[in-house]
Amino acid sequence: MTEPMPAWPDRIFEVLRRYDVAQVGFVPDAGHSRLIERCAASNEVRAVTLTTEEEGIALLAGAWLGGRRGALLMQSSGVGNCINMLSLAKNGRFPLLMLVTMRGQWGEFNPWQVPMGQITEEVLRLAGVITFAVDADADVEATVEAAARMAFEGPAATAVLLSQRLIGAKAFSR
Amino acid sequence: MDMGRAKTYPLDRRAVVAALLRDRGDMLVVTGLGAPTWDATAAGDSALTYPLWGAMGAAAMMGLGLALAQPERRVLVLTGDGEMLMGLGALTGIAVEWPANLSLVVLDNERYGETGMQPTHTAGSVDLPGMAAAAGWPLTGTVADQAGLEAALPAILSAVGPVFHSVKVKAEELPLAMPPKDGAFLKDRFRLALLGTA
Repeated sequence: MTEPMPAWPDRIFEVLRRYDVAQVGFVPDAGHSRLIERCAASNEVRAVTLTTEEEGIALLAGAWLGGRRGALLMQSSGVGNCINMLSLAKNGRFPLLMLVTMRGQWGEFNPWQVPMGQITEEVLRLAGVITFAVDADADVEATVEAAARMAFEGPAATAVLLSQRLIGAKAFSR
Repeated sequence: MDMGRAKTYPLDRRAVVAALLRDRGDMLVVTGLGAPTWDATAAGDSALTYPLWGAMGAAAMMGLGLALAQPERRVLVLTGDGEMLMGLGALTGIAVEWPANLSLVVLDNERYGETGMQPTHTAGSVDLPGMAAAAGWPLTGTVADQAGLEAALPAILSAVGPVFHSVKVKAEELPLAMPPKDGAFLKDRFRLALLGTA
């Protein structure tokens, strides 16, 4: 009998560790909660809460200047906050690995998430970020690994868009 | 709003930055776009300075990432009041992360200096060190004259931080002193000087 595959956030965490990611900046998203917990519990990763997502692009540029790798976690609405700051990654050719949980995309309950969710990938590409959309649980690890390799070996700015279908549309009930 | 007072501040920003960087040793420096980048260049271009030409609002958080990555080195962020105001959230996150080796100095002329000297909110009621103190920075202060600068220098350069100071400088337009413009070159030379590899 084979071991059950770890949940996808745990598999992402293992990729981040394999790539020596030492700083993780995030604005929380429900879809990232497990990964954030793993980062916060790790002695090897410094998990930094951001007040707005663009702070993370600057944070990780600073980390790279100091010889450390990072990753940036956000939901799709946060991508809109990052646009001008992505000029830092582009002009400086800083490696940037963004892991974006999608909202406003698949069975979204909240229409306020839809405008940004519908343009997230296009906006990232316009800003010079290489995007990888992932819909299937089985593809998460390989996709994050591909994005991490291109980010750190490039250097390049890459974003993995973790689809709402993968995460599950948020249910507004308590 | 007081549009007159900053024209009478005694401190010259170039002299302030020269004093801050005079004995920089192996200190790592990030400068915010506009005048702080020109001031640091006028004091002497250095591989261990990352001078921002854009990405307004980035300087403080870049300093945080660098300070966390290099905890044995002093990291100094030099920025302007307009740039700091665009990234105010960083004051909260830095206070929470508590990087003991980070100092942030705002060269506060109460103006957007690159765009026609329009007043920033520090020409009005806003007290940036007060905001930093409220966020939890352990060492904060406002420097208004030469004696105050000399008194603050040891804390800025070596105190257990994070340290936040606003230095009130005369509102005046000075000649540009431009560092290299290519952000990738600036990054590579910084890493080469610090880490031995780009």
